[in-house]
Amino acid sequence: MSNRYELNKNLAQMLKGGVIMDVTTAEQARIAEDAGACAVMALERIPADIRSAGGVSRMSDPKMIKSIQKAVSIPVMAKVRIGHFGEAQILQAIEIDYIDESEVLSPADDTYHIDKTKFDVPFVCGAKDLGEALRRISEGASMIRTKGEPGTGDVVQAVRHMRLINQQLRTIQNTREDELFQVAKDLQVPYDLVKIIHETGKLPVVNFAAGGIATPADAALMMQLGAEGVFVGSGIFKSGNPAKRAQAIVKAVTNFNDPKLLAELSEDLGEAMVGINEQEIELLMAQRGI
Amino acid sequence: MKKTIGVLSVQGAFEEHIKILKQLDVNCIELRKKTDLTKHSIDGLVLPGGESTVMGKLLRELDLFDPIKHLIEQDIPVLGTCAGLILLAGKIADDETLYFAAMDIVARRNAYGRQLGSFQTDEEFNALGKIPMVFIRAPYIESVGEKVDILARVDNHIVAAKQANMIVTSFHPELTADLTVHQYFLNLI
Repeated sequence: MSNRYELNKNLAQMLKGGVIMDVTTAEQARIAEDAGACAVMALERIPADIRSAGGVSRMSDPKMIKSIQKAVSIPVMAKVRIGHFGEAQILQAIEIDYIDESEVLSPADDTYHIDKTKFDVPFVCGAKDLGEALRRISEGASMIRTKGEPGTGDVVQAVRHMRLINQQLRTIQNTREDELFQVAKDLQVPYDLVKIIHETGKLPVVNFAAGGIATPADAALMMQLGAEGVFVGSGIFKSGNPAKRAQAIVKAVTNFNDPKLLAELSEDLGEAMVGINEQEIELLMAQRGI
Repeated sequence: MKKTIGVLSVQGAFEEHIKILKQLDVNCIELRKKTDLTKHSIDGLVLPGGESTVMGKLLRELDLFDPIKHLIEQDIPVLGTCAGLILLAGKIADDETLYFAAMDIVARRNAYGRQLGSFQTDEEFNALGKIPMVFIRAPYIESVGEKVDILARVDNHIVAAKQANMIVTSFHPELTADLTVHQYFLNLI
């Protein structure tokens, strides 16, 4: 792998233990940075609004993304549609720090993901199981996140994805070496990546939790399940007191093993985002791009 | 007795530092809240890479700022990498923010631009030979005061320096397998 790929994995390492927040304006980006976000995701509409508005959802206006780049000193990420390398080329041209090839937007290609090895900027991709994670890594993703179910405020899918990925990692670690070829075949992933997992027990890139995280307790839950940091989308700016909730989630991620502190952080945060249960949703975004 | 190093672990690449320090046979304590410092006594301190804005904020809100500042004033050996350099800088260019402000250097944040400006190179470190240096959205040091020794330069920019018991690097020694910088730091103890 190239030097550039290593540098891109390294940037994800610097984000560990942090919270990446969805923002739609420069003003929100500053609130997020002041609250302790380690990066922001610039997008025109947060997932909850994409879900309610319906229609085709695309990459954001570069002008809006640039205004956010100007407003904050932390890394700025932005989303492209699955398979839409044209949008990704545009984001690379404006020197985005990370591209999220995201199931939250409408997929542009129902077969192929972007060949991310052709880009110098890093990519993060969603995965609901280890097969998806390793396919994205072999396409050049330098960071993985769970898919969760964006814009719902329901953490159940992020939990399911994180547990499944970690169970599969443990299984591979404990598999006999001569059985790894079949594991690679079953998962439809390159043997080399399976071999690395057998040796280390870990994904070769940083893995964050995303989708439905709305409270400090949700963030602490995901960290205890093995996430290395969290994305919070609609959970902050769809809540009653965004600045306070954002700060509480940042501190919860740092001290995810300290229930006493988590209790203090969870007090008096105002109204959480209105949740939609998994069963009530018509569109399951996590099914996009496997 | 084994040395004990406190590694600031509120955000960023603290695990990578701990992994390297363990190879050099020292104990590591993760510093996440005030009681981590009252329960343990430490011989040295590491301020890792990550986002300095996040660390600066969490240091204050988790009541770690004053006790760590006190330790630095007592001359405890400190290694600050990337964001850690920003936390120690006496001045940050074009920025009013100050954190520990313990070292007489002027640092420039994100001096190489965005992620596309991140790079790796091999350069001389304090006459100890060439070592791999990884720069991720890195700062550099624009100028240093009289009491500061320059330990490394890349393209005429200062990327590592030492003042009394404080060592700072704008690159990330915790991201490579090379142990030179950490060994140099431990030799101060």
